[in-house]
Amino acid sequence: MGELSKQQFEERLAAMCARRFDAPIEHLKRLSGGASQESWRFVCGGQAYVLRRNPRGVQTSQNALPKASEAAIITAAAEAGIAVPRISFICDDDDGIGEAYVMDFIEGETIARKILRDEEFDNVRGGLAAQCGSMLAALHNIDVSTLPDLPFSDAEGELEKYAGYLQAGGHPFPVFELAIKWLRDNLPEKRAPSLVHGDFRNGNIMVSPQDGLVALLDWELTHIGDPMEDLGWPCVPSWRFGQHDMPVGGFGARADMYAAYRAAGGEIDEKATRFWEILGTLKWGIMCGVLMVSAFESGADPSIERGSIGRRASETEIDLLRMLMGED
Amino acid sequence: MQDKPSAEKLLAAARAFLNETAMPQLSGHAAFHARVAGNVLDILARELKLAPGFNRAETARLESLLGESGSLEELNRKLCDKIASGEMDLSNEKLKSHLIKTTMGKLAIDQPRYQGYKTAKANGWPEEDSGEIIK
Repeated sequence: MGELSKQQFEERLAAMCARRFDAPIEHLKRLSGGASQESWRFVCGGQAYVLRRNPRGVQTSQNALPKASEAAIITAAAEAGIAVPRISFICDDDDGIGEAYVMDFIEGETIARKILRDEEFDNVRGGLAAQCGSMLAALHNIDVSTLPDLPFSDAEGELEKYAGYLQAGGHPFPVFELAIKWLRDNLPEKRAPSLVHGDFRNGNIMVSPQDGLVALLDWELTHIGDPMEDLGWPCVPSWRFGQHDMPVGGFGARADMYAAYRAAGGEIDEKATRFWEILGTLKWGIMCGVLMVSAFESGADPSIERGSIGRRASETEIDLLRMLMGED
Repeated sequence: MQDKPSAEKLLAAARAFLNETAMPQLSGHAAFHARVAGNVLDILARELKLAPGFNRAETARLESLLGESGSLEELNRKLCDKIASGEMDLSNEKLKSHLIKTTMGKLAIDQPRYQGYKTAKANGWPEEDSGEIIK
């Protein structure tokens, strides 16, 4: 579909609410953040909802799941007792707003820096790493045979996928080459594949001042693969948001997350989690320095936000150098 | 020779407009994008000032590492090949020092407030050379 004007988009949302809820749409507001996804909050018939939509309604990342699959996985996660927002419906052609779904709005904070710095989270921050460990153990325990078809990608698959993006991009990054060489030489042992969230980190979790971790969001990169991926990704230095001495999301210690994961029946391979921390840092670097740059320069997303993220590749180069020299 | 005002002064004026006039009138997503635009202008200002010297220093080191000359892009591509093939790795002190300095230079332009950059400086990692004293 072509890009909708702001007015067209709002008119179609209003029509969608009238048809599906028989109520007018109120308080429509774009939620901040999310270069790869749009989130809109609105109220309809006294209930608050969130619309999740691919930017301009089109598929921009070749790795992102179709919105209908994403919604089906979230529903399966809810059935397994994982805290997620309830999916209300998946948007269809009649709604005319492109790939999107609507879920219940949950009260809580997702902005990583607020979770790390605002006083109201002081009481729950210390427990977050353990809550993450328990949630991941439950997620990795889901029987994958009950799920809709998902892409498969393990350590070697993820590494070679991103090495391929780097090569196709053509811009030389000597530090990324160094990381790829190290990762190829240090592939983790294969383990039974499980459901992998694929984007489990501070920024994609919802935290409340009373209960800590209250929802896991952003399921568009979910796949089948090595569960250790989800324990490495939240420790990538870029996701510590300035709190470098707190490896898990800037709020906790690895030991707390690992202990809770083990207590809930999960098995940890610490060599593999380290591999995934380094691969995660490389992946974020290639997303910034190659994929975002390509989306920006091709005109697919010419926004200043998209363009400027390209210049965050260098932060991952310094982190990779430090990690490859054995630092935390 | 380009005429006045200088690129630096024009950038500073654009930055002042964003900060003092545009930003106070914006809210929501537009305010967020204006902040990002301001950060981009800051990157450009630092790049304008630092990149010529940094690029000279990087080129000189690459020529010494590889034993040949060429454009910065060609030399970096050749270095990538040598790293990918395993011919050069971090046990090579000259390569290690080159990558540290080059990366520190990128951060000094892109994100001087990044925690990892500050940590590296605190741990004694050297800044990129200005390019004037290299030979």
